[in-house]
Amino acid sequence: MDNNVKTDLSIVLSGEAGQGIQTLERLLMKMFKLSGRYVFSYSEFMSRIRGGNNSTEIRVSAQRVDSFLNRIDIFVPFGYGSMERFQERITGDTIIIGDQVFIEDRYRGSGNTVIGIPFLEIAKEFGGKTYINLVVMGFFAGLFGIKKDNVRDQVRTQFSRLAADVIEKNIKALEKGIEVGSEIAQTGTIEIPPKASRDVSEELLISGTEIIALGGIAGGCNFVSSYPMSPSTDVLVNFAKYSEKFNIVVEQAEDEICAVNMAIASWYAGGRAMVTTSGGGFALMTEGLSLAGAIESPLVIHVGQRPGPATGMPTRTEQGDLLFALFSGHGEFPRIIYAPGNYSQGFYLTRRAFYMADKYQVPVIILTDQFFLDSYGTVPMLNVDNSMSENIIIETDPGYRRYQITESGISPRGIPGYGTGTVCLDSDEHDEGGYITEDFAVRVAQVNKRMKKLQSMGPDSIPPDLYGPDDYRCIVVSWGSTLNAILEAIATSGRSDIALLHYSQVYPLHDDTKKYLEKAQFAAIVENNYTSQFGTLIRMHMGFEFNKKILKYNGMPFSVEELAKEFKKFV
Amino acid sequence: MNSVFDFDRPIDMAWCPGCGNYDIIKSVKGALDDLKIPRERIVMVSGIGQAAKLPQYINVSFFNGLHGRSLPAATAIKASNPRLTVVVVSGDGCTYGEGGNHFLAALRRNPDITNLVHDNMVYGLTKGQASPTSRRGFTTPVQINGVYLEPFNPVAIAVAMNASFVARAFSGDVGKTKEIIKKAIMHKGYSLVDILHPCVTFNRVNSFSWYKSNTYYLDEEYDPSNRDEALKKSIETEKIPLGVIYVNSGNKTFEENLIPYKSSDTPLYLRKLDINKLRKIIDEHIK
Repeated sequence: MDNNVKTDLSIVLSGEAGQGIQTLERLLMKMFKLSGRYVFSYSEFMSRIRGGNNSTEIRVSAQRVDSFLNRIDIFVPFGYGSMERFQERITGDTIIIGDQVFIEDRYRGSGNTVIGIPFLEIAKEFGGKTYINLVVMGFFAGLFGIKKDNVRDQVRTQFSRLAADVIEKNIKALEKGIEVGSEIAQTGTIEIPPKASRDVSEELLISGTEIIALGGIAGGCNFVSSYPMSPSTDVLVNFAKYSEKFNIVVEQAEDEICAVNMAIASWYAGGRAMVTTSGGGFALMTEGLSLAGAIESPLVIHVGQRPGPATGMPTRTEQGDLLFALFSGHGEFPRIIYAPGNYSQGFYLTRRAFYMADKYQVPVIILTDQFFLDSYGTVPMLNVDNSMSENIIIETDPGYRRYQITESGISPRGIPGYGTGTVCLDSDEHDEGGYITEDFAVRVAQVNKRMKKLQSMGPDSIPPDLYGPDDYRCIVVSWGSTLNAILEAIATSGRSDIALLHYSQVYPLHDDTKKYLEKAQFAAIVENNYTSQFGTLIRMHMGFEFNKKILKYNGMPFSVEELAKEFKKFV
Repeated sequence: MNSVFDFDRPIDMAWCPGCGNYDIIKSVKGALDDLKIPRERIVMVSGIGQAAKLPQYINVSFFNGLHGRSLPAATAIKASNPRLTVVVVSGDGCTYGEGGNHFLAALRRNPDITNLVHDNMVYGLTKGQASPTSRRGFTTPVQINGVYLEPFNPVAIAVAMNASFVARAFSGDVGKTKEIIKKAIMHKGYSLVDILHPCVTFNRVNSFSWYKSNTYYLDEEYDPSNRDEALKKSIETEKIPLGVIYVNSGNKTFEENLIPYKSSDTPLYLRKLDINKLRKIIDEHIK
C-alpha cells in the first residue's frame, strides 16, 4: 500500500446533511481534474434531509482510480460528531484538518497530525458560514499548488448565475483559503500526488446517475415514467434536466405500477421508454414486467439496488436483487439483465438496452446500485452514433399480424397509426393477430415463439471480460459495480496468478463461463450480498461450486483493502 | 346496421346473452362511425374483465393490458402519439377498484382520451362479488351479509376534481348513449362516461327495469359548465341523473403540457435523436 501513497491521496469530507458537502465535493472534483489528475468520489449518507452524518471520499490520483478505499489520508470534519463513525478508518497516518471544535479530543497527542484551521471563522469574515465551501476549496488549491487564476476562473464560471458582488465575495473567500493552504504546503507535511502522466483533459467528469441517463438518451430514449426512489431518483432528475434539449417526455407517475405500464404502452405507440427505480419500486412493477413478456414489448428498466428486504437501508448499497430481477414476473418469458461495472459500461449498456429491447422485443433490466449511482469520477471520452437509437418497426398493411410466427421468434413490430393495419395486443394468450385464444395448439406455438428468442439473441450476447493473465491459477468472478475495487485489489495484492472474470451481462449467462471456470485451480466469487446470488445462478447452469465466497452486506461497498487482504490468502 | 368497425369474419363474443355490453358496443361503433375517425388512427385500451373484452370485437388497434392499468397505458399512448384517438373501455372494478389511483391521476393529468366505464355494480368475470359501486346491502357469496362500504361515486369525484368532461349514460338507451360518447370523444381533454348497465347473470338487483325506474335524463336547460350544479347532480343517488353532467374546457391537456409537444404534435416515432446535441453535452463534461 505504502508505495501507493505518493500517487494517490484520499480525502474524506464529513458533515451534516444540508451543509453543502456535495457542493464542495463537486467544486473540488472539478478543480483536481482541471489540475491534471484523475479523481473519483463516493458519497454515503443517512436517509434524512437535515442533520445526521454524511460523508464523501474523494480520491485524487496520478493514475485512474475508481473504487472505494478504506484508507483516509486527509480527514476534514465539518460539524460536531463528524468523526464518530470513522473511528476505525482514521489511523495514525490520517491527517486531520479543520476547525478545532469539530476535532475529537482522542486525536490530540495521539500521534495523528492535526492541523487546526478555523474554516468557519474565516468564512464568517466574508459574510457567513456558507462561504466555508470556497475557503476549503481555496485551501486545497493552495495545498496542491494549483494556479490561482485557474481556480478563480472555475469559480467564476460555476457561480456565473450569482450576482457579481456575491461572486467577488466568494473569490475573496477562495483567495484566503489559497493563502492558508499554501502555508501548509510549505511545511511539507502532506505529500501531494503528482499530475497524471496521461492527459486527463479529454476525460469526462460525471456521476453514475448522469451516465445512465446519457446512455438512455444515446439509446434514443424519449419517454421516462418513474416514481422517485433512492438511490435511482437522480437518474429521473437527469432525464428531466435534458428533457428540453432532447424532447423527452418525463413524467412522475403516481406509483411504479403506473410508471411501468406507461413505459410499455409508450413503446406500443412508437416511443422508446424507460423506467428507473429501486428494489421496492421494481417489486411493484413485476406484473408489468410480465405484461411486457406476454405482449413481447420492448422495455428498459433501470434498478438501482439498495439493501433490502422491504425498505432496508435506503441510502446504502447492495447487490441483493439479481435473482429477484431474474425471476420476477409470473409466467415464463425471456429477458436480458445487464450490470455495468464502470461508467463506460454504464453508458454503453444502457444505450444497448434500448437496442436489444427493441430488436428482440423483450424487457431489458439494468442493475446498478447505490455505490455506482452515488459515485462521481473521470471516464474516458464516450463515442456516440445513431446505431442504437432508432425504432426497429415496420409500416403495417391491412393483413398485418403482430404475433406472426417466424423462424427467429421475432415478429415484425408495427405500431398504431403507421400503416393501414391494426396493431392488436392482449395480455391474455393470443393468436398471431393478437386476439384472445384458448386453443392449446396456438398457445404452444406462441410460447415456443416467445422462448425461441432466448436462442436467437445468442450472437448478441456480451461475453464476460477477463482481466489479468490468460494462464491464471486463481480466478475471481464478479458482476456489476465490484469491478474496479477488485482490479485495484488484485493490483495491490501482489498476486500475479489471479485473473478477474467480470460479467456486465449477467443473464442470459454466457456459454464461455464453463471454459473459464474449469481452467482455474481456485475460484472465488465476490458479491455485495449474503447468499452469493450470481454464484447460485452459475451453479444452476453448470453445477459449479466456488472454493471461496467473498460476501459483504453491511450496506457499504467493498474497499480495495479488504479485497486485497482476501486475495492474498488465496491458495 | 353495418359499421366500418365490423369484422369480415364471424367473431366469438364472450358475453352472456342479454348482457348490457351488446348495447354498449352498438353505441361505441355508432359513435365512431358517425364521427368518421379513420380506423387506423383509433386505439382502444382496456384492462381485464368482461367490459375489457370490447376492443376485441371492434376492428381497430387495441392494447388490452393488465387489470386496473388501462389509464396509465392510454395516457402514455396518447403522450407518445397525440395524433391517435384513444378510447379506454373497462369496467367499474377495473377502473375504480384495482385502478383507483390511476383514475385519480387521470383526472389530474387531463390526457385527451375518452374513458368509457361499464358500470354494472358487480364483478362479473370472477362470478359475482361486490364492486366499488355496489350499493349497500347488496349480498354476494363474499359479502354474505351485504355490502357495508359506501359506494364509490366516480361522477362526484370527477366533478370535485374539476375534471374536463363528466357524463353518465345508461346502456339500454343505445341512441342517447351514442350521442354522449360522441361528445366525449370530441371533447378535448379527459372525458369520463360512466355507463350504467345491467349484469343479467350476477346482479339481480340493479336490473334493466331497475335502471329504467331509477334514472332520469338532465333536461335541456341544464348547464354542464356550472360546477355547483354539477356537484349537486353528481351526489344525487336516489334517482340517478343521466347525460353530460360537467364540462370544464379551461385546462390544458396532458399532452399540451409535455415538452416534446410545445411546438408540434409530431409523434415520438417520427422524431430522431439529435446526435450532435448529445456529443455537445458529452463534451461539456470535459471542461
